[in-house]
Amino acid sequence: MSIRSALRAATAVCLITTCGAFADTITIATVNNGDMIRMQGLTDDFTAKTGHEVEWVTLEENVLRQRVTTDISTSGGAFDIMTIGMYETPIWAANGWLVSLDDLPAEYDVDDILPAMRGGLSHDGTLYAAPFYGESSMVMYRTDLMEAAGLEMPEAPTWEFIAEAARAMTDKDNEIYGICLRGKAGWGENAAFITATANSFGARWFDENWTPQFDTQPWADTLNFYIDLLNDAGPPGASTNGFNENLSLFQQGKCGMWIDATVAASFVTNPNDSTVADKVGFALAPDTGLGKRGNWLWAWALAIPAGTQNEAAAKEFIQWATSKEYIELVAEKEGWANVPPGARVSLYENPNYQEVPFAEMTLKSIQSADPLNPTVDPVPYVGVQFVAIPEFAGFATEVGQEFSAALAGQQTAEEALAKAQAITLDAMEAAGY
Amino acid sequence: MATQHSRSAARLMMAPAVILLLGWMLVPLTMTLLFSFKQYLPLRGGDLGWVGFDNYVRFVSSSAFWPSVVATLTIVGGVLLITIVLGVLLALLLDQPMWGQGIVRILVIAPFFVMPTVSALVWKNMFMDPVNGLFAHLWKFFGAEPVQWLSQASLESIILIVSWQWLPFATLILLTAVQSLDSEQLEAAEMDGAPKVKRFWFIILPHLSRAITVVVLIQTIFLLSIFAEIFVTTQGSFGSRTLTYLIYQRVLESQNVGLGSAGGVYAIILANIVAIFLMRIVGKNLDN
Amino acid sequence: MARSVTSRRKALNTLVAWTIGLLIFFPILWTILTSFKTEAQAISDPPVFLFFDWTLENYAVVQERSNYMRFLWNSVIIAGGSTILGIIIAIPAAWSMAFVPSRRTKDILLWMLSTKMLPAVGVLYPIYLIFIQFGLLDNRFGLVVVLMLINLPIIVWMLYTYFKEIPGEILEAARMDGASLKEEILYVLTPMAIPGIASTILLNFILAWNEAFWTLNLTAVNAAPLTAFIASYSSPEGLFFAKLSAASTMAIAPILILGWFSQKQLVRGLTFGAVK
Repeated sequence: MSIRSALRAATAVCLITTCGAFADTITIATVNNGDMIRMQGLTDDFTAKTGHEVEWVTLEENVLRQRVTTDISTSGGAFDIMTIGMYETPIWAANGWLVSLDDLPAEYDVDDILPAMRGGLSHDGTLYAAPFYGESSMVMYRTDLMEAAGLEMPEAPTWEFIAEAARAMTDKDNEIYGICLRGKAGWGENAAFITATANSFGARWFDENWTPQFDTQPWADTLNFYIDLLNDAGPPGASTNGFNENLSLFQQGKCGMWIDATVAASFVTNPNDSTVADKVGFALAPDTGLGKRGNWLWAWALAIPAGTQNEAAAKEFIQWATSKEYIELVAEKEGWANVPPGARVSLYENPNYQEVPFAEMTLKSIQSADPLNPTVDPVPYVGVQFVAIPEFAGFATEVGQEFSAALAGQQTAEEALAKAQAITLDAMEAAGY
Repeated sequence: MATQHSRSAARLMMAPAVILLLGWMLVPLTMTLLFSFKQYLPLRGGDLGWVGFDNYVRFVSSSAFWPSVVATLTIVGGVLLITIVLGVLLALLLDQPMWGQGIVRILVIAPFFVMPTVSALVWKNMFMDPVNGLFAHLWKFFGAEPVQWLSQASLESIILIVSWQWLPFATLILLTAVQSLDSEQLEAAEMDGAPKVKRFWFIILPHLSRAITVVVLIQTIFLLSIFAEIFVTTQGSFGSRTLTYLIYQRVLESQNVGLGSAGGVYAIILANIVAIFLMRIVGKNLDN
Repeated sequence: MARSVTSRRKALNTLVAWTIGLLIFFPILWTILTSFKTEAQAISDPPVFLFFDWTLENYAVVQERSNYMRFLWNSVIIAGGSTILGIIIAIPAAWSMAFVPSRRTKDILLWMLSTKMLPAVGVLYPIYLIFIQFGLLDNRFGLVVVLMLINLPIIVWMLYTYFKEIPGEILEAARMDGASLKEEILYVLTPMAIPGIASTILLNFILAWNEAFWTLNLTAVNAAPLTAFIASYSSPEGLFFAKLSAASTMAIAPILILGWFSQKQLVRGLTFGAVK
């Protein structure tokens, strides 16, 4: 974005609101993920272009979520930009808490945003948060171990194949575990993974009347399959492993396969951190032939809370951070493999980026996830690995804790599902369904 | 000594502290009570009207309620037991003549200065991690299967972390008490040929009872509301969800302020039951 | 003969005490050591203890990423401010409880302690709304007041127990000499209670420094103390034990140093009236 267009955007907003000093200081709440830390390091570029100063509040994911949710629901006004996800955006937008991003200038090229991301970050067709990076999930596997097991990974594997390969690759004496999956309780941890998996098994959270479905056969199949697989071929302590723990296991060469966020691909192929950087292959998330794959869809996005004093400057920042130019800036400094992925179509059309080994599979995974039709049977909700209602984070975390306890062997899958059903029923009742 | 004049002066001087604390107690308490009778969902438009005792009924009838009370009491009880037993032993040890006493004392009280979040992070990642943690390496070194601390022994792990944080506090208070022990009395007992165990049981322990009471009282107040240690390590999984954590889940994760407020009222009731219980059993020690 | 027994005993005491002391201190030591390792060394198998390439890289990264001095300064202001304010309010209250006791004194003391039992998270929304109303969000003064209120019961109690140990006759003598109430507190009582007041200040400074719920939830930029600093390093994407250790060391170092210098004070002064 040029200075001139920044000026234009700023003046346009200044005309309709009362505009104070031109150079503002904006406060941004964000999560402590690698891409955001990088953005923080590049703030000077933004300040040089627009004159606005930026104050960062960087917090770990759970603290961030509790912090921004409290602030926005009480109109606290502590932040000018909040980093939120695909789950929060439609809920907050429906409450009128976010500033619409419909008036971004033509140079921003809003149509370049991947349709799946744009859809997930909109409410009633209006964009309320701009994707900083987007992800789906896919299979990351060790090509050397796969070969040693005498198997070949298809581009679109079935769960049956994954289970077979995982068991074949496992060599517990040498600390090689066929498969690493999320087991740590939390709606964004194991509940996300198991929900996406359940979609491919034909299960769903609710039927069209918002009745929880944990008492159905597809859920029993899903959970038993997941527990059996991790017990046979998973690492020790799987029930406390989240994204971070699995990432580090994979980087240390202890996992044969890992099904998780597509953004992890750039970490496991980075030779600085990963001991197996040159031995990683990628495949689509598995299915069972029912027409849905077990991959999710997520975006970390930047949104402006309604009522902020610095709306104009905040918009300028969002334009800068989610622009094509920002991607080029990161590519120039850190290489193409480290640019924020999954947000823009043009990135995947860029020949430089097409050379990145995981680019194609990431795009295919994102494109195969449909938040509007996430399940085999129809559902009343939006969201692949979540249900976009305010109560979901709460009860899904509790359900995740039951699943986690089942994985740790403290209860059976059936007991966990019965409790999940009760928890969800109770929460929905409390919410007035 | 207490003249009429000094009485009214005393009241006046007590006033700021009492009024401030009264406000600090009453304002949130009133609001908690108010919210607890309401359907209050911040993400669904806030205050949705009165619902009577619905929140109270719902909070108690949840399958998570009683286990959370038990978990709370287990953690408080476990930590108290460990810190007092080890604290007494440590205090007696530190009172003995030795070389480098000052440095040893510093080493022992150091954990008290560590933020709960930091100590939970350190224990979780660097000690209890089943693959990369030091305990796992230690277990493997002796040919044992590493323990999955936070899932197989979640309550024990949390008790261990919290005990580590509070042991210095108990030790410090008990140490001051040990130091004030009348050594003549002890020597006399020694002369009489009283064995060590007897000396400990009949002279030292009674002398420490007042200090133990103080440790129990102060620690209970803090332990009832521990949060960071659970938030960082298990997030309430595997039976480690305390009442405080359950309220956190209701208020912030489920965004149901009404329900969480009802939980808050229960927590106050539980705290007061514990307090009364404590007073009955050990309160006499605090008199005069 | 007797002399050799005691010195053997002293050696044994030393050995046992040092072993236990080092064991208790070990997690902190290990954190500090890890902060000087590279990320690879931090999770190496088997773990390396001392023989690794010491590096300051983690500290450099943390320093570059966050404005440590600002967090530190906020911690000092908030913990210090709340403690001092608390002491000023608590001294008169503790004085009157100790020297003009009434039937209700003990009840008031216990009631004060019971205000600490309200679970903080349950009142986050009410307090947050009040803070918005008074414009105290992300404001150091607001946090000073909240932390002062949280610790006030402990401060009052500690001071009360110290004051009680001071014989009333001294005060009466001062009064005979014509000292006013103010003079009595300022020139007679306070000097005698200085060691007790010092311990109280220390303990409450530590408690305020480590408070991690309100300091995290009521701040953003301007008032964020070290607890918020730590929240930006816990559970990032990937396991960064070495950087986490560096951040942890930076967060606890100031208070640890303070604690070490004042350990004598703490060892002598932390009685809570437990010693008669």
